[in-house]
Amino acid sequence: MNQKKLSYLGLFAAVAIIFGYVESLIPFFAGIPGMKLGLANLAVLFILEKYTWKEAALVSIVRIIVIGFMFGNLFSILYSLAGAALSLAVMTFMKNKSGFSILGISVAGGVSHNIGQLIIAGLITMTSGLIYYAPALLISGVITGLLIGTLTNEVLKRIHF
Amino acid sequence: MKKKELTFIIGIVVFALILWAGMYFVRRGHYGTVRITVNGEEYGTYSLAKDQVIRINDTNVCEIKDGEIHMTEANCPDHLCMKQKAVDSTGGTIVCLPNKVVIEGEKGDSSAEEDTPEFDTVV
Repeated sequence: MNQKKLSYLGLFAAVAIIFGYVESLIPFFAGIPGMKLGLANLAVLFILEKYTWKEAALVSIVRIIVIGFMFGNLFSILYSLAGAALSLAVMTFMKNKSGFSILGISVAGGVSHNIGQLIIAGLITMTSGLIYYAPALLISGVITGLLIGTLTNEVLKRIHF
Repeated sequence: MKKKELTFIIGIVVFALILWAGMYFVRRGHYGTVRITVNGEEYGTYSLAKDQVIRINDTNVCEIKDGEIHMTEANCPDHLCMKQKAVDSTGGTIVCLPNKVVIEGEKGDSSAEEDTPEFDTVV
């Protein structure tokens, strides 16, 4: 890994961490657990587009661990990792196989992130009733995915390196 | 946006709506009691008709009042469970993930039984 790339990855990890903090200040919560804007995905999407899934995974992991130690606990770290891992796997697959644009990849990422967290939540609590949250989480994944995808598109147009 | 992306997105939305509609019909009914589970094991079942404060181990406190139950205290960092919609006679779920506490509405007529007087008229 060359120094330029290393610095960019560090920079974007920092941006993702700050997004995570900013997001915790935005009251985007409609009574559904796990619903959030996913601002941090902007940085991950950007890295995924510029480099490969490996760099995106690195930034994701650094972000989750730092955010976890600052604001959460071990539990929230594992929970976030599950959502991020599924989301990144799906986004990578979409990027390589489907020919989707950033917008489509972002929607796939948002939806799969929510599904990943719902599955982990169901496994942890052993409650099938959580499936009732699935429709709301699917729809919110689409909406936030479109939003973050549009934002990432605009950022990609303006930042070149 | 490409056409297949639009199809993909509409597909997800349609799937979510069908799921939602299906669940609506499955869930319909009168929910008289709530079941509290901790870590997948049953903690207790309570009637929504009786106002009371329930302590769940040392981690959470919930309150039944006016036929609905909501979480009033939790020792987890995010307190998301305290912001979740109360469970009432239309059912619902409150989840405190960090403490693995789940409050679920259960179909039953316990409140209706208590509301119905034993005699229609007293002569």
